[in-house]
Amino acid sequence: MWSTLLHSNTMWVLLSTAILGIAAGVIGCLAYWKKQNLMSDALSHAALPGVVIAFFIIGEKNLLLLVIGAAASALFGAFLIQWITGSSRITEDTAMGMVLSVFYGVGVMLLSIANRSAGGNQSGLDSFIYGQAAAMVRSDVVTMMVLAGIVIFIVFIGFKEWKLYLFDASFAKGIGMSIRGMNALYTLILVTTIVIGIQAVGVILMAAMLIIPAVSARYWTHSFRNMILLSATFGGISGAVGSWISSTGSGLPTGPFIVVASAAFFIISLLFGKEKGIIVGYIQFKVQQRNSSELLAIKDGDAS
Amino acid sequence: MTYTAWIILTAALVGLSCGLIGVFLILRKQAMMADAISHTVLLGIVLAYMVTQQLSGTAMLVGGILAGILTAFLVQMLNSLKVQHDASMGIVFTTLFAIGVILISTSVGNVHLDVKHALMGEITFIPFTTVSLPIIGEIPRATALLAIVLLIVIFFIVAFYKEWKITSFDPALAASIGIPVLLLHYVFMTLVSVTTVASFDAVGAILVVAMLITPAAAAYLWTDKLVVMLLLSGSFGVLAAIVGYWIATWLDTSISGSMAFATGLIFLVSFLLSPKHGLVSKWVKPPEIIEHSS
Repeated sequence: MWSTLLHSNTMWVLLSTAILGIAAGVIGCLAYWKKQNLMSDALSHAALPGVVIAFFIIGEKNLLLLVIGAAASALFGAFLIQWITGSSRITEDTAMGMVLSVFYGVGVMLLSIANRSAGGNQSGLDSFIYGQAAAMVRSDVVTMMVLAGIVIFIVFIGFKEWKLYLFDASFAKGIGMSIRGMNALYTLILVTTIVIGIQAVGVILMAAMLIIPAVSARYWTHSFRNMILLSATFGGISGAVGSWISSTGSGLPTGPFIVVASAAFFIISLLFGKEKGIIVGYIQFKVQQRNSSELLAIKDGDAS
Repeated sequence: MTYTAWIILTAALVGLSCGLIGVFLILRKQAMMADAISHTVLLGIVLAYMVTQQLSGTAMLVGGILAGILTAFLVQMLNSLKVQHDASMGIVFTTLFAIGVILISTSVGNVHLDVKHALMGEITFIPFTTVSLPIIGEIPRATALLAIVLLIVIFFIVAFYKEWKITSFDPALAASIGIPVLLLHYVFMTLVSVTTVASFDAVGAILVVAMLITPAAAAYLWTDKLVVMLLLSGSFGVLAAIVGYWIATWLDTSISGSMAFATGLIFLVSFLLSPKHGLVSKWVKPPEIIEHSS
């Protein structure tokens, strides 16, 4: 066990998925309060054509450039969702479903052309899209960690602003904050987190890394700050545990293990969470019941 | 029939059944449920394979349908525990999908099921697995399955037309006049799962979402009448299948990907040109409010 862990590449991968988990946990909280949980799913699928087009242009697998392609394509998807929802009777979830599947379809078309024309050169591209953290080389890891670091930094430095933007937009506007600017920044960091996560966990499971830790954290606290810290912790630990498990055997996929690890956190939170957790809720209910029946007994005593 | 004809027929059957089901999906504001179910169906198929050790159509169908219903049930359960609706969907489908992928890559792997195949579908292989039926003779298994599914879908839509209509547009009214809304929800989710599993072999998990949602959304821009919307959506589905096949042969690329792309094109045309809700008509026609005020 320790020998695999000390293997230098595994160490790097572990570190990078942990940082990715932290970034996703933090951004997930913003998405949770914007009630846009599934937006991340739509945008991660929408990134696919951009990845392949970037690959066509540069002709090799360079993480930073693929990430830029992915981000451009995901941002275009986000723009389409907003445009369709804003200018027709189509609801947001329908628009998301369409962008998700049509973009993915275009991505599959392009990918099949790339596979045909580029010969054996595309194997790296496949692992980029379906996610295999073990396939990452040191420079990929560094790119990922720097970008994730920037995203985390942006949220922490503007913490007060984010809080206003999410919970009292009209007040934020009143004191001169640009809601439009905050919206753009939010979309930008959401898309950045998604596209850097794609290589580690794949297009499909990226949504889980954003949604699950945030919802789990909600069961432990009412404070937004604590929610972000907890969600980051859950995300970080899940990332590390998932990639540690996948490093213990060959052919074990990283993304799914990260998701299962964070699902475990969710189930624990759902049951035992201090706020609204099922068991705590049940105990509170019972205590309340006993108190009120005692109260009734006292009242009955008074009456007699 | 020729090889090409079978592929087009199969694709058209996918387009038609998905188009019909999709109308209710978007009217009930459950478009993303299609995405969720199409992912979890993978887990059902893997489990069915692990239990029966064969890739038979029936086992896969049953496994996939059960997984779809389980998804609907879990989402409903989390939702009743006050998790936001879309968050509960996101948690359930990603987790079940992750378990499916883990199972494939550890125990079942490399047999016939691989994640890529499941995600993208491989309609070109459809004509090679055939069944022989009385009277009709040899036909591809997937085509026969899709034909049966289409009949089931049409039967449920026709038989419960009024119920679907009321529960889709006004669930509160439906409940107050005694229509079992929750039961209908599960029946509907079962239909979505059946259609998804049957289309799985042909177009894969994610592109079936395009076939389910996009033609219906395009049809929604053309009409306010449910019957017309159903007919339009079904026709758009068939059209997308044919156009998609044509694009794929022209560019020599993935058929299912091109079909999804074709649904996108149909939506784009509707979005721009539909007489009532299209962008061009809005731009040409001055807003009605101005006419009233003058």
